[in-house]
Amino acid sequence: MFLSMNWLSDFVDFSGLDKLKLINQFSLSTAEVENEIFFKGSDIEGIVLAEIKEVADHPESKKLHLLKVDAGSGELIDVVCGAPNVRVGMKTAFAPIGAKIGEITIAPRALAGYTSYGMCCSERELGISDSHEGIMDITEDAPLGTPIKEIFEIDDIIFEVDNKSLTNRPDLWGHYGIAREFAALIGRPLKPLDCVELSAFDHLPKVDMKIEDPLCQRYSCLQVENITKSVSPVNMRIRLFYCGMRAINLLADLTNYLMLEMGQPMHAFDSRKVEKLRIKRFDAPHVFRTLDGVDRNCDENTLMICNDNTPVAIAGIMGGLDSEIVEDTTRLTLESATFDAVSIRKSTVRLGHRTDASMRYEKCLDPEMTVPAIARFLKLLTDIDSGVQVVSALTDEYAFRYPVRQLSFDKKFVDRYTGIEISNETIEKTLKALGFAVTVDGDSFEVTVPSHRATKDVTMKADIIEEITRIYGYDNFAIHTAEAPLYPVRAAEEKTVEDKMKDLLVKRFSLHELHSYVWAYYDEYKELGIEVEKNIKLVNATNPNIETIRRSIIPTQICQVKTNATYAPSFGVFEIGRVIDGLKEDGLCNERKKLCITLFDKTKSVEALYYELRDILAVMTDDLRHATLTFETIEATKSYQHPRNLNAILLDGVKLGEMGIVHPTISKKIDKKAAIVFAEIDVDAFAKVKNASITYREPSKYPEMEIDVTFIAEKFALIHEAIQKADCPWIRSVKVYDTYQDENGKSITVRLLFSDNERTLTKEEVMAVIDSIIADLDAKGIPMKK
Amino acid sequence: MNNQVEQLREEFLSRLAAAQDAQTAEEIRVEYLGKNGSITGLIKGMKDLSIEEKKDFGQKVNVLKNEAAQKIAEKLAEIKQKELEAEILAMPEFDITTPANLERGSYHPITLVQRQCEEIFKSMGFAIENYSEVVSDYECFESLNIPKHHPARDMQDTYYLENGQLLKSHTSAAQNAIYRKYKDALINDGVPIKAIFPGRCFRNEATDACHENTFFQMEGVMVDKNISISNLIYFMKTMLSEVFQKDLSVRLRPGFFPFVEPGFELDISCLICDGEGCPSCKHSGWLELCPCGMIHPEVLKAGGIDPEEYTGFAFGLGLTRLAMMKYGVKDIRDLNSGSLKTLAQFTDDH
Repeated sequence: MFLSMNWLSDFVDFSGLDKLKLINQFSLSTAEVENEIFFKGSDIEGIVLAEIKEVADHPESKKLHLLKVDAGSGELIDVVCGAPNVRVGMKTAFAPIGAKIGEITIAPRALAGYTSYGMCCSERELGISDSHEGIMDITEDAPLGTPIKEIFEIDDIIFEVDNKSLTNRPDLWGHYGIAREFAALIGRPLKPLDCVELSAFDHLPKVDMKIEDPLCQRYSCLQVENITKSVSPVNMRIRLFYCGMRAINLLADLTNYLMLEMGQPMHAFDSRKVEKLRIKRFDAPHVFRTLDGVDRNCDENTLMICNDNTPVAIAGIMGGLDSEIVEDTTRLTLESATFDAVSIRKSTVRLGHRTDASMRYEKCLDPEMTVPAIARFLKLLTDIDSGVQVVSALTDEYAFRYPVRQLSFDKKFVDRYTGIEISNETIEKTLKALGFAVTVDGDSFEVTVPSHRATKDVTMKADIIEEITRIYGYDNFAIHTAEAPLYPVRAAEEKTVEDKMKDLLVKRFSLHELHSYVWAYYDEYKELGIEVEKNIKLVNATNPNIETIRRSIIPTQICQVKTNATYAPSFGVFEIGRVIDGLKEDGLCNERKKLCITLFDKTKSVEALYYELRDILAVMTDDLRHATLTFETIEATKSYQHPRNLNAILLDGVKLGEMGIVHPTISKKIDKKAAIVFAEIDVDAFAKVKNASITYREPSKYPEMEIDVTFIAEKFALIHEAIQKADCPWIRSVKVYDTYQDENGKSITVRLLFSDNERTLTKEEVMAVIDSIIADLDAKGIPMKK
Repeated sequence: MNNQVEQLREEFLSRLAAAQDAQTAEEIRVEYLGKNGSITGLIKGMKDLSIEEKKDFGQKVNVLKNEAAQKIAEKLAEIKQKELEAEILAMPEFDITTPANLERGSYHPITLVQRQCEEIFKSMGFAIENYSEVVSDYECFESLNIPKHHPARDMQDTYYLENGQLLKSHTSAAQNAIYRKYKDALINDGVPIKAIFPGRCFRNEATDACHENTFFQMEGVMVDKNISISNLIYFMKTMLSEVFQKDLSVRLRPGFFPFVEPGFELDISCLICDGEGCPSCKHSGWLELCPCGMIHPEVLKAGGIDPEEYTGFAFGLGLTRLAMMKYGVKDIRDLNSGSLKTLAQFTDDH
């Protein structure tokens, strides 16, 4: 919203004050002012009122005229002018030699063989409207030669307030409300609005009007006749133009002007079309043509202004084409009303049509404003067109009243909230300036919230704090730390685990942390042949390709691996992110925090890469939990899983997740040669596993004995089991020293390390243990290789 | 006989002098001093001599034997030394100027910025909370004093799920749970609530270089008996100065958020010009950074805390925006792109 300092100064005296500083203060205390401030009129200089004394056609040009202009000195100046509307006796804005318009300084100029000693200006050239059809036709009475800026309010400072920062302040949607803020900020009085006393028309007949729907809070109207003027005064048009509106005709301009001044939208109907004003909703959807000529679908929830049963306007949004003021309109009905804010907002969303009026109604306008708005409108109208006659009594139905809100608080409350000392006098003065009624009794305050703040904005004590402090100025606050006792802060285990995982994966295993979205990527999955797992969906995703929430990070990470396939011959990525694994029994989402790792390698065998990933998981578990993972082969169920080597990852018998190889049809699409393996574990489940403490074992002083034994076996697990079964305290470590394949099948060489802390072990007793392990395994069909 | 000793000595010395390596020296040793060596042989040939002669000759042979042994030891040491020198000389000079292999892992920039913020708040006694991404309407709106028809609840802003839950549109959605978690300690033991909760948020909007539907925020709250606006400004100034590693000025402007009253928009002095005015702050000298305010009494009440007795402040930092500011990331979508060309650069930043 654009605001004019000239307009504001109708209501507050700014004399002697730095206006730019005031605007900045307003920005810090009330609502954000945009950076760019417009200094209107600053680019024109030396333009004066002049009269065209003679007009002659240019002998060789159809467009140009040769003028003699009197700019106040009595001397006739030769001017060549191309405007079509020149005539003898016309007064206009004249830029003599030396005057400035924007970058141009007026100098004698030859135009088609004649020299022009100045220029007659259009409104657009002066920057006060879009009008460029002709030069200004000035009817104002002033001596020739009077600077144009003394006749019209061309010099002005315009600033813009972001509408978003006014959402909670319905009172700030017009200049008068803004002026109230300025008045409070500078401690000067707010002047009352100049209005017509409407009770003078009480004897006239009322308008036939009835509110038939609770969505209309208040409806006030008045009929007038005999409007003879159709063009608004220049100053009014300048203000409208500076504030971003285009002048149309006197009535339209006046309703706009009033809206910009008081924040109250108004509408003027042709009285012939609204003989029986009814405000109601229709039972069925219907099409309605608004005054911009557009047919709009209004449903049964849209509040309409009607002439009996014919809609004439969409309440609070826009009038209808049929009831508009037209050429032969003699009597008009002025509407000034308030409607339910939520209903207006919903209707604008449904209609997809937001107007200056609806924007204001959405904010909960003060219903107390409807009648003063009519009184003010009438004052402005009669000042311009003195022949106007009021032909009805003020007709006003006030169906919904906001409760009068009274709040009491004491100084202690203010002190506690602010943390600084603000005196009782300052509190009282500030609140009064903002329109609150205040009674003070010692340190106790009793305030009545003014109607313009009582629609939704100020409802409780804490709201009063804001009023006091923002006018006091946050820049004026002394700041200090809080006095609070100290207590230890313990980090949540799952947070610590997450941080340590990241460190380990990045620092030790050189993996890269990525983020991906929480939903399945339909397009990218499809390209790779990954099926979207059935899961809960978003109901309102604007992009249908993302509507299903992922159950696992793995497929999204596989897509990211594809993105990076040419990044390096080998790399590993990981993410700690959320998934939704279906719904829980209570119907709520089963949200899980998962760690997903994917390794990509063109230089290693898939087996080597697979073990690398297994080792990453094992080191992580040993490091963060001092525990050992186990694995269990499971069946592939997802499109991206290779049917072989898919393993469940178990810790303490709890399934944490799974690891496997990316299905070859997918991995070949990513890279023909690369091995791609993945693992995913549940971070919260991992964190829940108790962290065992480190078990320290004193090293032996006696010699150790290393024994290698080779078995013909497919898997190490049974060998390991047999070794554990031997339950020998001398076994210090068990390692797989070598594995190889020959005509006998797969062989595994195990290296066992024996030692005792008390004595040197004999070969015989160690071999006895080895023999028992060999015998055990042999019985299970795992022979030793000789 | 004496001649024989002298002859053998000379022969030995010349042979040894010619030896170039340890193996030859060892062969010479065996040849002269071994069981069947020439010097050893001299002694064997003494049996025909008289006792006097034996004594004299034996002495000479012994001298020779000792001398030979010593010379061989010296020779071996000399050879070893030479070999070592040769080995040292054989060492080529490396090209230290080749580029180092810097291949290593990387953190997501959000992790780096988040950790930095967490460190600061931890040092000031704030607990770090973890919160879900899926929340209820109550958590995200109702408990935060966002009434049923508030525009923020419009379908176009929030991602709703089929079961009525939603993807949290702001980290404030965790406030209610945080208050409930800590209120007993606050009320019974007087332990102030000081917590931050970083988390991922979602908005249903079209993405471009400046807009993402998935982004990170970090909410912070502090509740105690006498928390004031003055405290709020102090904490924000102190924390943000730490975050940006420079002594910042902050200023508050009124801002409207349903869950705070009064609510503020907090600006910091421009990081580039320190408030002088430059293109990056549009010549205002200030950067709008984060919304904050005194926690709305209704929000405290919803959290089980009596607003007549307790006050508090809350703020919401845009972690994604901080990361972009800190590293000069121009396109917000890069952060979720998964592209290692972009992301592998964030190796560490402590």
